Amino acid sequence: MNILKTYKIYIAGQFPRTESGRTYVVNDAAGNPIANVCQSSKKDIRNAVQAARKAFGPWSERSAFNRGQILYRIAEMLGGRKAQFIEELIQQGQTIERAQIEIETSIDRIVYYAGWCDKFQQILSSVNPVNSSHFNFSVAEATGVVGVLADEQTGLLGLVSQLMPVIAGGNTVVFIAAEKSPLCAITFAEVLATSDLPAGVVNIVTGFANEMLPTLAEHMDVNALYLSNASNEIVKSTQLSAVDNLKRVVVVNEDWNQEKAQGIAFISSFQEIKTTWHPIEQIGGATSSY
Amino acid sequence: MKAHKPLFSQIPKSPTIDKVGVEERVSRFQTRSIKGTAKMQGLSMVLSMIDLTTLEGKDTPNKVRQMCYKAQHLHDFQDGLPTVAAVCVYPTMVSIAKDALKDSSIKIASVSTAFPSGQSTFDVKKSDTQFALDAGADEIDMVISRGKFLSGEYNFVFDEIAAIKEICGQKRLKVILETGELANLDQVRRASDIAIHAGADFIKTSTGKIQPAATMQVTYTMLMAIKDHYDRTGIMVGMKPAGGISTSKLALHNLVMVKEILGEAWLTNEWFRFGASSLANDVLMQYMKQVTGKYQSADYFTID
Repeated sequence: MNILKTYKIYIAGQFPRTESGRTYVVNDAAGNPIANVCQSSKKDIRNAVQAARKAFGPWSERSAFNRGQILYRIAEMLGGRKAQFIEELIQQGQTIERAQIEIETSIDRIVYYAGWCDKFQQILSSVNPVNSSHFNFSVAEATGVVGVLADEQTGLLGLVSQLMPVIAGGNTVVFIAAEKSPLCAITFAEVLATSDLPAGVVNIVTGFANEMLPTLAEHMDVNALYLSNASNEIVKSTQLSAVDNLKRVVVVNEDWNQEKAQGIAFISSFQEIKTTWHPIEQIGGATSSY
Repeated sequence: MKAHKPLFSQIPKSPTIDKVGVEERVSRFQTRSIKGTAKMQGLSMVLSMIDLTTLEGKDTPNKVRQMCYKAQHLHDFQDGLPTVAAVCVYPTMVSIAKDALKDSSIKIASVSTAFPSGQSTFDVKKSDTQFALDAGADEIDMVISRGKFLSGEYNFVFDEIAAIKEICGQKRLKVILETGELANLDQVRRASDIAIHAGADFIKTSTGKIQPAATMQVTYTMLMAIKDHYDRTGIMVGMKPAGGISTSKLALHNLVMVKEILGEAWLTNEWFRFGASSLANDVLMQYMKQVTGKYQSADYFTID
């Protein structure tokens, strides 16, 4: 018997149903129903943000090296479930060749950002020459809770490409999965749940973006928003909603299949630069006296 | 209210408590959905009933001053918010609080009788209380001797409360039962009856130092003791759950319970208080969510 799976959402390391009890049906490319998916509500967004905020402190304070290990573990776990992802991608209309490329590229990308975890800080940080008796230095710090709206055009690769640099940098995430192709997102949550990633670092909800995005964008406890290949209309309304607490709104238009759609720039978009003026004895040149 | 000296022998036999029944009843209070204007009013009422509390070994005069400022200015971005009912501090901090609150109607409650353990001599407990009153406390939160209570020396516990009430005179006395140490609801009821008859103006669940503290089940049991006393004598006694109530939802459920058991007369800060240190901010955030329609962040509220 073929059972239509009901995909649940992922909040604080758990897989609850939506608080609202609603579901919607996701169809395959031919229009046949393939799964029931939670139609999450504003309160699910609230719960997800709460979980992300709680997880932020410990995650951002973890050693960069350890974050890298955990990201690498995600890649390993994803590797073990290739077949399932390929099946889901095909169900959502991909060819088998494309699906295989997509999963391979996704794993590569996770490993790539795992490597960056303990290296981006050195590149983004600096010692700055100043004309006074100070040792002046700048370091990067995670922005905070980041709301990510999935790229509607890709199932897995877009999700991985958006998520990984954000969490590599020590942020925590509330991720709104693609409305029409959410299966990979939830299956990916099952990967995350089994890969040492602390609860709440990534939270994934499914449903209708027009219902959830405004709540997320207005939420005062969200520090940044990340849109990819979104319509101008969505970008504008999100930017307006984000004004109250001056959220960082990052908008990209990338073809995630490209090799160049990865890099430290995707990490630094969600870093704040903190500059410290540390008094020292003599007015020096470029070298510090330490 | 009553001129005669209370007598231990006048305490009626405490009924036994049906724990399963209590849990059943309490779970029903928690299913109520309170929305819109009712929620706003409820939240505002919760704020006005808070005894903003700091009872830590690391308390300093400036920490107390800061808390007193917060008590008067909960969230100045929003008009029409009440102040809290009182601040609750150690006896040595009463004079600091008194000075910081001199222009307001916020009351000063002081814990006493060797809070939180109550393990000291009777003389020390009396002078502790007298010291707090001399420093300007409006209300005294005393602890009962749980060790004596659990050994069955109810008479001792009763006399102690009655003696402290005598020192308080017109000042209101809250009696902390520390229900987390009383083992079961039957004992909670017994302790409530003893405290009420010994002259408590308020009965209070916990010190905040022991878990579990103010669970709904415990508060329910104490409210029933107050109700039975009121039905028998017509004398009102206040209730103060303290410790563990840190969300607006739980606070609103408590209000629902008070209204349904004791009625509207108790829905004022004269007869009902929340002892809490972090409840106020959660309530404020919920309140501002109702006002603005946006979920709030702790970043924009004062540290408590």
